[in-house]
Amino acid sequence: MDMKRDYYEDIELFSSGTILFWTVVLLVALFAAPLILSNYHAYLFNLIMVHVIVAVGLNILVGSTGQIALGHAGFFAIGAYATVLLMTELSIPFFAALIIAAFIAAFFGFILGLPALRLEGPYLAIATLAFGLAIMHIIGHVELFGGRQGLMAPALNIGIPQLGLDWEICSEKGKYYLILSITILMTLFAVNILKTKAGRAFVAIRDSDIAAEVIGINLTIYKTLAFAVSAFYAGVAGGLFAFVLGFFDPFTFHLILSIIFLVMVVVGGLGSVMGSITGAVLITYLMYDLFKNVDEIPVVGDLMVAVSEQWLTVTGMDNFSMIGLGLVMIGIIIFEPLGIFGAWIRVKKYWKTWPF
Amino acid sequence: MPFGQLLIEGLAMGACYGLFGLAVVIIYRTSEVINFAAGTMAVFSTYIAFHMITFYGHPFWLAFLFALIFAALLGMFVEFFFLRPAKNPTLLGLIVITIGVQLLFGGLVCWKWTADQQAFTIPFSYQVIYEPLPGVFMSQWAVAVFVIAAVIVTLLFFFFKYTKLGTAMRATQQNKHAAKIVGIKTDRIFAFSWAFSSVIGVTSAMLISSRTILDPEFMMEPFLRAFAAAVLGGLMSVPGVLLGGGIMGLIENFFGYAMPAWKPITAFVVIVLVLCVRPSGLFAKHYVKKV
Repeated sequence: MDMKRDYYEDIELFSSGTILFWTVVLLVALFAAPLILSNYHAYLFNLIMVHVIVAVGLNILVGSTGQIALGHAGFFAIGAYATVLLMTELSIPFFAALIIAAFIAAFFGFILGLPALRLEGPYLAIATLAFGLAIMHIIGHVELFGGRQGLMAPALNIGIPQLGLDWEICSEKGKYYLILSITILMTLFAVNILKTKAGRAFVAIRDSDIAAEVIGINLTIYKTLAFAVSAFYAGVAGGLFAFVLGFFDPFTFHLILSIIFLVMVVVGGLGSVMGSITGAVLITYLMYDLFKNVDEIPVVGDLMVAVSEQWLTVTGMDNFSMIGLGLVMIGIIIFEPLGIFGAWIRVKKYWKTWPF
Repeated sequence: MPFGQLLIEGLAMGACYGLFGLAVVIIYRTSEVINFAAGTMAVFSTYIAFHMITFYGHPFWLAFLFALIFAALLGMFVEFFFLRPAKNPTLLGLIVITIGVQLLFGGLVCWKWTADQQAFTIPFSYQVIYEPLPGVFMSQWAVAVFVIAAVIVTLLFFFFKYTKLGTAMRATQQNKHAAKIVGIKTDRIFAFSWAFSSVIGVTSAMLISSRTILDPEFMMEPFLRAFAAAVLGGLMSVPGVLLGGGIMGLIENFFGYAMPAWKPITAFVVIVLVLCVRPSGLFAKHYVKKV
C-alpha cells in the first residue's frame, strides 16, 4: 500500500523512523523481559520463539512461494533428532550440530521439493502430509532414534568442550537469551531474503508459475530452494525445540503439529513476516497456555466444567484446545482470509485516509 | 496365513478403502474441495450408532439407520455453516477449513466419549469363517463388505445415470456456471453431495471399526489410505477409486504380512511413488490448464 519510489527504498530494512523506533523498543523489551518473567513464562516464551522460527520459514514456502506444506513437523523432527544425536553420539559442539542438523533438514526439504515440482494443489498437500507422517513412523521404528521411548536432550553446552571451553546453560532464562538471539537472526535473514533475487523469484512463482517460467525463472531451482530454505528454518527450530522440551518422542511430531504450523502462517497472514510472527505468538499462546488450562479461566472455565459434567465427560475436556484451534481456523478463512496482517492493513488504511 | 485368505482379506479391506475413497471423490468431483474432515465426520457418526447401541440398548439396524441420517445432516451442516460462508476461498483456504472441521469434530468426539478404545460390533463377525471353495476362507465380515460395497456402487451408478438429482450433480461437476444458467441450484447440489459423501463415509467407517477398534482416531489411517486410493484413481473417476482401493488393500495386506512394523507407511510410499510418476493419478484424463 505504501508506494515505493526507487529500488533502494524497496530494499530498506526499516521503511520509516517510526518502525525503527518501535522495533528497537520491542527488542529492548524482549531482552529485558527475563527480569520479570517466571520460569514457566520463560519456558512459554522459548516455545513461542521456536514456533516463530518455524512459522517464518514456513511462510517463505507457503506465503511467498505459494506451495502447500502439511509436513513441516517432519523437518522439525529431523532438526531435533539430528541435533541431539550429533551431540550425544559424535560429541559435536552445539552450534556446529545445530547447523549440520539444519542442513540435513534442508537436504530433506530439497528431496521433498523434487516431487513437488510436478505436483500442485491437493496432490501436493497430500504428498507433504504423507512425508510428515512417514518421518514420524520411521523415527518410531529405528533403534538409534530411541524408538517410541523417545530421546533425552543432553546438557545444553554452547561452548566447545574439545577445546576446554565450557559454557553450560541450565536455566530457562539462559535458554531464553540463546533462542532469542537465534530467532532475531533468522527473522532478519527471512526479511532480507524476500528482497533478493531469490525472494522475488519466489513471489513470481506464487503469482503464476507459468508466467515466472516465461520470464526466465528456473522453476526447478527456485521451487526446491524454497522447500530447502523453509526446511532449514524448521531444522534450526527443531534443534532448539529439543532443548526447550528436554525430552521428546515421535508423537511429539504428530500430524497435528504440522497443522498448527500451517495455521500460524494462515492466521498471521500469508506472505508477511510480521504476520507470521504474530500468528505464531497468538496460536502458541492459545494452544499451549490458554486452551490447555481452560478450566482455570474465571467464568468460562466453571461453565465448561459444568457442561462437561452434565452432558460430556470431564476427562475429555483437555481436547478443548483442538476445538478451539478448529474454530480459529474456520473463522479466520470465513471472516478474515488475509489473517491478522490483513486486518492490520485495513485498520492502517482507515486511519491514514480518515475521514474518507 | 494362507495366500487365499490374505487375498480376500486384502480385497475386503480394499473395498472399505474404496468406499471411503468414494466419499472423498464425490465431494471433490462436485466442488473441488478435498475433505480432510471426512474421517472425523465418519467417526462422529459411528460414535452416534455406538452410543445408541451401548447406552440406550437399541438394536443395531435402528442405530445404523439413525447414524446414516445423522451423517447426512452432519454433511449438510458442514457445507452450510463452514464452506458456504467463505467467499471465493483459495485452495489453501479450503484445506484449512476442512482441517479445522476435522479438529473441531475430533475434539468434540474426544470430549464426549474420551480417547478410550471401544469395541464396535456389527451383526457380521470376522470370526465366523466360511469355506466356499476348498482352501479359500472367507469371513462373514468380508462377505458383508463385498455385498454392501456392490449395493452402494450399483445404487450410485443408477443414481448418477438416471435420476434428476444425479444428472444435476454431474452437470454441476462439468460446469458450475452453465449448470446455474439452466436453473440448477448449485449450492443445494453441494449440500447434497456432502450429505451423500458423509453417508457413504459412515457406512465404510462402521465396517472398518468392526474389524479393528473404535476410538476417536481410528479413521486417521484408513482415511489416508482411502485418499491414496482416490489419488491412484485420479480423484475423479468412481471405478478408478474402487480399483485404487483394491490395490491399496492388497499392497497393505501382503506388505503388512511380510513386514508388520512398516505397515502404516505403505500407503504414503505408494502415494508419493504414484504421484512422482503420474502427478494426477493413474486413471485421470490429463487436462490442459488454462493460464
